[in-house]
Amino acid sequence: MESAVLKIENFSAFFGENQVLKEIDLSISRNRITAIMGPSGCGKTTLIRCINRMHELIPNAGVSGKIFLDNEDIYATDPIIVRRQIGMVFQKPNPFPMMSIYDNVIAGYNLNGIRLAKDEKDRVVEESLRKAALWEEVKEALHRRGTFLSGGQQQRLCIARALAMGPAVLLLDEPTSALDPKATSHIEELIVQLKDTVTIVLVTHNIGQAARVSDFTAFLYLGELIEFGPTGRLFTAPKDKRTEEYLTGKFG
Amino acid sequence: MDESSVRRRILWDKLFKGIIILLTFCSILPMFFILFFITSKGISAVNWSFLTQLPKPVGEMGGGISNAIIGTFMLVAISTVFSVPLGIFAGIFLSEYRNGRFVYFTRLCVETLQGIPSIVIGIVAYMWVVVQMGSFSALSGGVALGLMMLPVIVTATEETLKLIPEGLREASLALGVSYPRTILKVILPAGLSGILTGILLSIARVAGETAPLLFTAFGSPFMNLHILKPINSLPLMIFNYATSPYPEWHTLAWGASFVLIVFVLGLNLLTKVVIKRWKVQF
Repeated sequence: MESAVLKIENFSAFFGENQVLKEIDLSISRNRITAIMGPSGCGKTTLIRCINRMHELIPNAGVSGKIFLDNEDIYATDPIIVRRQIGMVFQKPNPFPMMSIYDNVIAGYNLNGIRLAKDEKDRVVEESLRKAALWEEVKEALHRRGTFLSGGQQQRLCIARALAMGPAVLLLDEPTSALDPKATSHIEELIVQLKDTVTIVLVTHNIGQAARVSDFTAFLYLGELIEFGPTGRLFTAPKDKRTEEYLTGKFG
Repeated sequence: MDESSVRRRILWDKLFKGIIILLTFCSILPMFFILFFITSKGISAVNWSFLTQLPKPVGEMGGGISNAIIGTFMLVAISTVFSVPLGIFAGIFLSEYRNGRFVYFTRLCVETLQGIPSIVIGIVAYMWVVVQMGSFSALSGGVALGLMMLPVIVTATEETLKLIPEGLREASLALGVSYPRTILKVILPAGLSGILTGILLSIARVAGETAPLLFTAFGSPFMNLHILKPINSLPLMIFNYATSPYPEWHTLAWGASFVLIVFVLGLNLLTKVVIKRWKVQF
């Protein structure tokens, strides 16, 4: 039995009257990659935005049910603490444009007013950039602005920025949807390498990506969790007819 | 398509382009005339003693505008000190909360304030500050000018912040950064060039205002560094000297006009530098 780092129990999310997630039960295993896939509008992005409590930033948004991070109810914790433990990378690379590469990586500390000694900062920056497989490319240009990088490099910079905080879980919201195929495969390799360090939840609308990188896959449709299981089993022998139809391209 | 209609179209394209350039030229022409006219009239009055000496009584030759230059800087400093924080925070409010009754009301007030004639602003500052404190003062002039800067700064801040991508805010919040820190350390720095530009342009705008100062800063022939005493400013001095019957004061007025225009021009050039230096590429 895998040890679960995140447990989602009977969880629903709403925009006003509109229920976008319906009583989801899901448990995310430690140091594994869990892919959440499904057609557009199925609620997969909403689900991971509930995990780090970004969903509630939208006016009228509401939730019910519970999510536990290491048995700690995240909806009973300060969202600021939750977000430092659960990092997130977005669809579109969003490095801070007024900051250097170095300052981008250390931004989680600087912006939060957490003071680190200079050599401690240097260590965190190098370590995070190495984990994000970006160190070799940028080590000579740490004090240039992050926005000079290519799209794929910017996305790896955003991954490094999230890793610098030492999160328990990393949420990736379609991290390659704005990237070209080469940058995409680079990021996919990186995601697989990262699972030794951090638990990854990957939202993707790309079935191939889910199959290539994930250990577990959840299939969401119209706000419902249709099927969840080890990726190999789910792709070869789906139990639900809707999963099979989605995988064979009948809808989505 | 036959050949003549093609030729007609090409001709019309060229003609249209010509009209655009001609009218553009006509619109910048007055600016050049003003610059040329003021320079030719004013530059002969400007020398070191003109910039460093105090005005002299009628009849005596020479004299300078040092008190008006210092006064203008003081008035601009006072108005900036109180309009910039108010304006930036109101701008943040309008860009952060785009709907709601209070937002609507605030925006209406800002637009109205922008449209209030400067002489009325002067009278209001007179009632609020001069009458209450019993004296014309640099402070009251600063309040009047600050009221004129306020809507410009609010609007510049609001428009700049609205263009900052939502992803930037999310990036910060997702790192566990609190909302106030996100605004102050991510959103505001990202909009720095637009906000600074707004501030500088508003200063350039009010540095040449006369009407709001008539009943507030009032003017003074002496050097004054006290914010509770009447103070001179370049436009006030120009107004007083240009309407006087003495030809030597007219010359001083031309010289002061030239100095004022150089100052305003300098501020406008500075905004270009600011935009280039702090412009953030998203």
